[in-house]
Parts: sequence; C-alpha cells; structure tokens
Amino acid sequence: MEIAPVLRALTHRKIGVVLIVAQIALSVAILANSVSIVQQRQGLMRRPSGLDEANTFSLTNQFTGSSSDLSARIRTDLAALRAIPGVIDATAVQSFPLRGYGAATTVTLRPDAKSPFNAAEYSLTLNGLHTWDMKLIAGRNFHADEVKDFWLGISNGAPPTAIITRALAQRLFPHGGALGQNVYLGTSAPTQIIGIVERAQTPWAAGSAWGTFGPEESLLVPFQWVSPILAYVVRTEPGRNDAVLALAPKRLFAVSRARVISDAQTFADTRAEQYRSDRALGLVLTVVCGLLLAVTAFGVIALTSYWVSQRRRQIGLRRAVGARRLDIVQYFQVENLLISGFGAALGVALGFAGNAWLVSAFEMVRMSVAYVIAAAAALLVLSQVAVLWPALRAAALPPVAAIRWQ
Amino acid sequence: MLGYYVGMALRSVRRNVALTALMIVAVAVGIGASMTLLTALRALSGDPIPAKSARLYSVRVDNWGPDAPNNAMLSDLVSYTDAMALLRAQRGIRQSAMYETTFGITPASGDANPFTATARVAGRDFFAMFDAPFASGAAWSAADDEQRAAVAVIGAHLADRLFPNGGAVGRNVLLGERSYRIVGVLKPWHFQPRVYDLSSRLYQETEDVFVPLSTAVDRQLHTMGGSYCDHAVGTVFADTLRSECRWLQFWVELPDPAAAKAYRRFVENYAAQQRSAGRFHWPPNVALLDVNAALRAAKMVPDEMRVSTVAAFGFLVVCLVNATGLMLAMLERRAGELSIRRAVGASRGQIFAQCLAEASAVGIGGGVLGLGLTALGLAFERLILREDYARLVDLNLDAVWTTFGLAVITVTVAALYPAWNASRLQPAWKLKAE
Repeated sequence: MEIAPVLRALTHRKIGVVLIVAQIALSVAILANSVSIVQQRQGLMRRPSGLDEANTFSLTNQFTGSSSDLSARIRTDLAALRAIPGVIDATAVQSFPLRGYGAATTVTLRPDAKSPFNAAEYSLTLNGLHTWDMKLIAGRNFHADEVKDFWLGISNGAPPTAIITRALAQRLFPHGGALGQNVYLGTSAPTQIIGIVERAQTPWAAGSAWGTFGPEESLLVPFQWVSPILAYVVRTEPGRNDAVLALAPKRLFAVSRARVISDAQTFADTRAEQYRSDRALGLVLTVVCGLLLAVTAFGVIALTSYWVSQRRRQIGLRRAVGARRLDIVQYFQVENLLISGFGAALGVALGFAGNAWLVSAFEMVRMSVAYVIAAAAALLVLSQVAVLWPALRAAALPPVAAIRWQ
Repeated sequence: MLGYYVGMALRSVRRNVALTALMIVAVAVGIGASMTLLTALRALSGDPIPAKSARLYSVRVDNWGPDAPNNAMLSDLVSYTDAMALLRAQRGIRQSAMYETTFGITPASGDANPFTATARVAGRDFFAMFDAPFASGAAWSAADDEQRAAVAVIGAHLADRLFPNGGAVGRNVLLGERSYRIVGVLKPWHFQPRVYDLSSRLYQETEDVFVPLSTAVDRQLHTMGGSYCDHAVGTVFADTLRSECRWLQFWVELPDPAAAKAYRRFVENYAAQQRSAGRFHWPPNVALLDVNAALRAAKMVPDEMRVSTVAAFGFLVVCLVNATGLMLAMLERRAGELSIRRAVGASRGQIFAQCLAEASAVGIGGGVLGLGLTALGLAFERLILREDYARLVDLNLDAVWTTFGLAVITVTVAALYPAWNASRLQPAWKLKAE
C-alpha cells in the first residue's frame, strides 16, 4: 500500500487530523503518567512492615479513673490478653509500624554532633520482638534488667541499650560494624546497640514524604510505655486473629470497666487506613483512564465515520475501478496509523513534559520510559481497533454508491 | 431572534439524535470527572473563617537556632516559655496559647461505658477569636484564667450525650479524675480545616471540651498533640514547662496589616531580648502567618488530590476535542440545510450565531448530565477517601453553578471552529452539488 496518496488526501482534512492527533497525544500523556503513579503507589503499599501482619491486631486503650497504679493495670491487662486461647503474645506500646503517629528521636554518633540522623523510636519490652515477630539478624534481645517503665511524669535518662533496624544500621554505619557501637539519643549518655532486626517500618512509613528519615529507620528502646493512653498489640495463631480480636475488648472490660477502647482493628485494616489516600488516588486515576480510553476510541470512530460519509463518492469510484474491499479497509487503517502514530509520538513528548512538571510540583516519582512506550502502543492498538468499524462500513459500500449518492 | 435559534436548535437535535447524544455524553463525562475532583479539592482547601482570616495570625519563634536539626521550617508550635511571654505582653486585640489533650469521661449512669473526649486547652479569648458559637452560657472569665478555675466549655455533641435534657451550664462534669463546672455550651461548630492546630489531623471535628490553659498546666495535663524537643528532656511536667520543647500553638488577633507589622517587630524584639539574655544564640527568627498562609505552609491538601484533579482536567480537554470533532461532523451533515438558509438571505453572522446557540444547548444538556455524574462521582469519592476528608466532600450550590458554567463555556469554545467553518459555506456551492 502506498503512503503518498494517503498523505495527500490527509492534507484536505487538516482540522480532523489535528483533533485526532490532539486526542491521542493527550491520552498517551495522561495514561502513561497515571499508570506510572499507580504502579509506584502500589509498590509502596506492598512493602512489608516487619510484623506478622496476617496474625496481628491492635486496640487503643485509655484508662479512666485514678492513674496512680497504671503500671500494675497494664501488666494485669497483658496477662488477661495472653490468657485468651489462640494468643501467641501481647505487648503494650505507644506506637507501632504504620500507626500514623508515634515518637521520633535524633541519633548521633558523638554526643556533640551537629547534624544528627532521625529515627522512629519504639518502646518495647522483652516480649516486643516476639509479639511483633521481628527477626534479629545480629546481636541479642533486651535483658530483663534493662527494661524500665517509662512514663509521663518520671525523669528517665537515655536507655542503656537499643536494637536498631538494618536500614538504620546502614544509614549510621555505612561500612558495617554497627553492633556494639554507642549512639546518642539527644543526651550526653551513650546508648549501646545490642541487636539489629531485619525490618521495622516507622509509624509514618505510609506517608509519601515524611521528615528526613527513611521508612524503615527505626530504633527499639527497652521501655515499658506507661501512660493513660496506649496501644495493645496482639499476635495470634494463624486463623485466630478475628476471633481473638472480637474477644479481647470483652476480656479487658472483665478486668476493669474503667477504660475506653477504640480502634480495635486487624493490622490489615490499619494498613488499609494508612494507605487510603494512595488507594483512592489509584482508583480515581483508573476510572479516569478507563473513561479516557473509551472517549478517545469513540472520537476516532466518530471522525472516521464522518470522513467515510464525506468520501462515499471517492470510495465508490475506487471500488468501481477495481479496488477490493480489503484495499478500502487497509486505506483507512494506514491513514489511521499515520495520524495516531504522529499523535502517539507527540504524546510521548507531552508525557515526559507532564511528568517533569509533576515531579517538580508534587514530589511525584520520575516515570520510566517503559510506561510511555506502553501507553503509546496501547493507544495505537486502540485506535486501530476503533477504526475497523467505520473502515468496514466504508468497504461495504457498493461501487454504484459513487453515482447513486448525489 | 434568540427564540428562533433555540427552536431550530431543538429541531436539529431531533434530527441528529445519535450525534447529539454522543456529544452530550462526551461533554458530561469530562465535566463530571473534573467537577468531582475540583469540588473535593475545593472542599479541602477552604478558608475556615473567611471573615477574619486576614486578622488571625499564628506566631512562631525559633528557640532552637539554625544548627538544630529539623528546623528548616518553623512549625506552628512554640515553647511554653515563649507562649507565656507573648501571652503576658497582651499586644494583640485577643490572643491565646493552646494545646490538645484528651479526657476519659465516665458517664454518671453506672452501666454506660466510659468514653474519650477530645479537648483543647486554651485561653478565654480563643472562642471570640475563632468565632465559636455559644448555645448557652459563655466563655470563662479573665478571672477564671487567672485563678486556674476548674471550669469548662463543652461542645454540642458532648452536651447532648451527657445532658440529653439540656441545662448543662452550671452542672459539673468529671473530666479524667477531676471535676469541672460547665460555664458554656457551644452550638454545633464546623470549623474546617482546623487551622489553629496544624500538627494533628486538620479535618477533624472541633473539640468536645475546652478548659483554661492555667488550669490545665496547674493540673499537669500533658499534651496529646504535636510535641517536638531539640533535646531529650525529663517528662516531669515542670521539666516540660522549662524545656525548649515546642508544644503549644500561639494565635493572635490583630486589627490590620499595620498592627501585624508592629506585632512582628514586637516578637523580633522579644527574640532579640532572649538573645541578649543568653537564651538564644542566634539572630531573631520569627514568623507571623495569617490563616491562609498557615494553611499553605502546612501543605494541607494532599498532593494526591491535586494530581487527580490535573488528570481529570486533562481528560476534560480530551472530551472537548472529541466534542469539536462530533460538532464538525454534525454541521457537515447539515451543510445542505445551512446552504439553503444562506441562499435565502441569512448572513454569515447569523449562521455562526445559530451554530453557537446549538452548541450552548448541547452544553446545557452536558451540564445537566454532568451534574448527575458529579453527584455520582462524589458519592464514589466519599466511599474511597479517608473519613475526615470524606465528611467534607459534598455537592454545594457553588459547585452546581460552576458545573453549568464550565459546561456551557467549554462546549461553546469547542464549537467555535466548527461554527466558523459552517458559516463560510458558499450558499450556491452545496446546492449545486445536490
């Protein structure tokens, strides 16, 4: 099939060509950027927190009444939780991965260092690692005599020991050898690193750009968090999570009614809540892209149909002088390929420009070339499929249409 | 003449039902998607107090110095020392230092479970500054502030819950371990985004309980809101008060920009004094942000919302390009009819006007359908958004008009070229061909 006559014919319908080119180009740009953003967010949503997520739940507990014996009340509660059949272990904490709020601390290698690192700080007791199912990759767990109560109202110096995540160890000691080193948590008293765990996401790991530290840069200190408000984190045997979650508030109320229990939810729900904005963005972009593809396909069909009706005479003439139906279909396909090919090429450029703007204005991630190429290919295929219907209708025109028309 | 065009537009619609319907749907889908996201975006970026937003200022004082980590931008929190110094100076029309806490509340009836109440610790000026509406009673007095009185103002929701039969003012309520006398009850108060506390979720509902700052400090109520320390400090309450930890918001009401300038100078002088007193070792670094500046600095609208909105408007452009193509096809089909009109004396301008009138009709149709789709889209948004955002997302009158305006204007713009193209028809040309 020769391209030259197709091109010559196109110069007679410039505005229609411009319209299709614009639609295809915009669609490629929007589709590529949307898919890139959705893919990147889904990647973030899939990162593991470090906990045994399928078998963990948490609830927020606020003690009412006298706060003089909080420490004893927490221990009684924990004993009641651990006594529930199906519970592997339980712990009372201020925060945990993906909670959305918690504590952070500065970490320096010397007491007077000017530019410290930041890390999320979790208070955990002896049971902490077991409850959270965190894997020690070096060193040891806390010793019983290291764990102290930490509560609002008591001066409590720096912890003597800490366990850090692998990510934080690599940040603090890029050349290795973190185990056994001293670090300083905002005071002049040293804290010794006694263990390294594989992973513990920060409470803010779901945030796209929170603070100056990474999503896994966390530090565990040997404290029992004692406060009127705290969270109980419970790990259960596989398959028992929902049943124990339903039972736990009842058992706690049986211990004492002087409390408020809120946010009792599985870890899966905690995760879903934290990533809600990302999921919403993904859904919205998916819907918009679906509509976009549909509208673009209809646009191609409508304009091509219009051209077919304009060229009934020429099509009839071509058929009369011997063109086969296939030739007519091919003509419209080649014409469409030329137009949408140009649009797709323009769309690639537009997509990159749009991405550069998104990166600078919204801290979005740079798009990989693969997405643009895939989007361009998708629009080319869509456009080719869309053109089939009007092209087949054109091919169905009988040769006499040329004379019968006017 | 307009009536004539409208009549012809309707006749044309009848004759080209499929194309017109397609055009209306294309426009409506684009309008629906973009208006859904625009409405949501506008709901989240609203000014909570338009009448006063230029007169209320968040005051920030750098008490850490340029070498401190995480100090690039001053947060909306200041230390207790600075908050008290600014409060004592009384340089604004009104001012209040404040922080967030919570109380466990045990209902009087024995069998009800205790529940949590959100609370704001503030000064009496807080209510007048932020236009908190009282249903009964009033803010506590200046004397209450001074004498650390055990008084509280409670929100409408809590008042209903504790005293369903009314008459809350004058009664006592047990907040945590202590009893407070209720001096005022608020009407339902929607103040969103909650700009006076930028370190907790912005779109939360207003607090259940308000108690005086002096009383709360006296009773050692710890903050449950944001609290940032440059160094580890003991958690004895007195340590916290003495420390350089930042945990209170400080807001001041000033009559005009000149007063704001003067107030800024006052705060700078204060910081300079702290420097000469040896507390600060750096030049004064202070900030005064009005409501909208504070909201912008907090980057309160999530980027996700903006990006979705951009994508939706890109989609709208595609839909309009599409509508242009459809319009072109439709007018081409009617070339014969338009030629006859030209031949019997219609001017080019009249043909052009007729085509635009028809486009407006399509725009109105697209607007109506688009409005329905926007309502549907917003219902979808409410399902997938975080609860505190979802509550705000609703179709208001403003959005309805914007939808119609956007539909009619964009479709008319999309019709400009096809209409011009049609008006260029030579009267005889098309007739001769037939």
